[in-house]
Amino acid sequence: MWKTILRRVVIMIPQIVILSLLVFILAKFMPGDPFTGSITPQTDASQLHALKVQAGLYDPWYTQYVHWVVNMFHGDFGTSYQFKEPVMAVIGGRAVNTLWLSLFTVILTYLIAIPLGLLAGRYEDTNLDRGIMFFNYVTYAIPLFVFLVLGLWLFGYVLGWFPSGGSISLSANGFFGNALSRLYHMILPGVLTALLSTTSTVQYLRSEIVDQKHQDMVATARAKGVPERKVFSRHILRNSLLPIAAFMGYSITGLLGGSVFVEQIFVYPGMGQLFLNSISNRDFSVITALVMIYGILALFGTLLSDIIMSIVDPRIRIK
Amino acid sequence: MTNSKETQAVKTPSTMKVIWQEFRHDRVAMFSLVFTIVLILGIFIYAASLNLEKVTNVNIFAQYDKPGQDGFLLGADEGGRDGLKMLVIGARNSIMIGFAVTVISSLFGIIYGMISGFYGGWLDNGMMRIYDFINILPEIMIIIVLVTIVPKYNSWTFIIIMSCFMWLSTARLIRSKALAESKRDYVSASRTSGTSDFKILFREVLPNLSSIIIVDTTLSFAGNIGIETGLSFLGFGLPDSTPSLGTLISYAQDPDVIGSKPWVWLPAAVIILVLTLSISYIGQALRRAGDAQQRRG
Repeated sequence: MWKTILRRVVIMIPQIVILSLLVFILAKFMPGDPFTGSITPQTDASQLHALKVQAGLYDPWYTQYVHWVVNMFHGDFGTSYQFKEPVMAVIGGRAVNTLWLSLFTVILTYLIAIPLGLLAGRYEDTNLDRGIMFFNYVTYAIPLFVFLVLGLWLFGYVLGWFPSGGSISLSANGFFGNALSRLYHMILPGVLTALLSTTSTVQYLRSEIVDQKHQDMVATARAKGVPERKVFSRHILRNSLLPIAAFMGYSITGLLGGSVFVEQIFVYPGMGQLFLNSISNRDFSVITALVMIYGILALFGTLLSDIIMSIVDPRIRIK
Repeated sequence: MTNSKETQAVKTPSTMKVIWQEFRHDRVAMFSLVFTIVLILGIFIYAASLNLEKVTNVNIFAQYDKPGQDGFLLGADEGGRDGLKMLVIGARNSIMIGFAVTVISSLFGIIYGMISGFYGGWLDNGMMRIYDFINILPEIMIIIVLVTIVPKYNSWTFIIIMSCFMWLSTARLIRSKALAESKRDYVSASRTSGTSDFKILFREVLPNLSSIIIVDTTLSFAGNIGIETGLSFLGFGLPDSTPSLGTLISYAQDPDVIGSKPWVWLPAAVIILVLTLSISYIGQALRRAGDAQQRRG
């Protein structure tokens, strides 16, 4: 058990190194340097040169890379040109918003997907199953951003049930007022994203259950006279639901990719929106930090999934 | 005479024949197929008759004309451009980019997956490590960064950048199938009789993967249209001079336009929905045709 986890963590180290190299190379191709934002017509060219030498911008690339990595481990991603603040301070508040929205979306996704998958598998080949499979086909085919724009238009503008953007309203006050206002702003983006994220879970759960139904142990249970309800809740569900837990990590990766769209469309002040904002303002130190953070989060997502999988399924453990 | 008839009866029908049978028995799939072909042909023919310069010319007097006003069937956008004509040109560009990305990335993915699965061993191991690594990259963000820093940016650079990340699922699928095929008797038999690996791979294994490849390519095509329009929607897809369906929907980011001038962006959203839904449905029907257990025909 621990060996598998250890081995999996060791595999991650070269991945992080390559990721950081890739991000570093991308950053080197971006125009500008840490002083671009502070240059004014009064800036002395020789003074600027001295500053650049001091900051190590003329060092060979590997020295710069090591310097960058060491700083990164100290939580120092440099200064944002746009906000004139340390990058970590800029990202910090946004990260909390993205975290809440993602958490809310993951919970909703499972709340929608698990019952649908269970019903489709339980009542295989009925109209209910066909309906759920049709829903699955639709959620698979529709691009996320089109669905979000249409949802925002219908529920935010035409019907006016939900706010059309932001993460909290200005008039909210008090702990409960704030929490409620936050939740109210998350409902529409959360539900819409969750609906489209259910596809793989529903599909997987359904085929797992259909597979389990034909297992010998299920036939034995039936032959013993175990009631159908119990066969499902005790024998089939246990085996089918566990692997779903392992999807949790992967869904983090998927959600992060989608966060760029969700946050842009719903004007939600999270990391995805900050990323697009920084791109259009050429704020490259923030961009570099965000790509690195997203990459590391995705790495940890897959790590989490693999670990859960090895706990749940003893067959893939390494002896 | 009767003998030849009997051999005919047991002959396995060709892939195309099976697909045709499936579509004949599945009315929705048939409808999607005909509809998609007519829609795409219509878009291309109409777009070919249009002059891009004339269509994208700004006419401030027609700004936000309502549908039907001044002879604009679908109204006009912020620059007073004809909504219908912009829609047709945008749709054509999106379809072409989606198609080009699908061809390039699928070709690469098929070759990558076949080599990896067929040879196995350390080669497979190494290739899968590369796959794993690219798979965890935040692809949307990296594409956006590449789009902004690449010099001399145009449609082709965009296609290449997108293709760099879109071959992954194809490679994975083809690898698993090639792995299974490489253990079959006909491969060993062919190898024993001295056939070159190249010939075994492309003349003998590839035809057995054809139905999977057809399904995967169809589904990727729908997916790639979605990703291209999504990136264009964010403003990091096609260059400004080439309108895409995504560019048209991006007008909805203006709170005034999304609420009170839906004719500017809604038709483009509907076209994307219709295209991706019908192409995916065709893909699903093809998948059923490829799997004897699921066939309806």
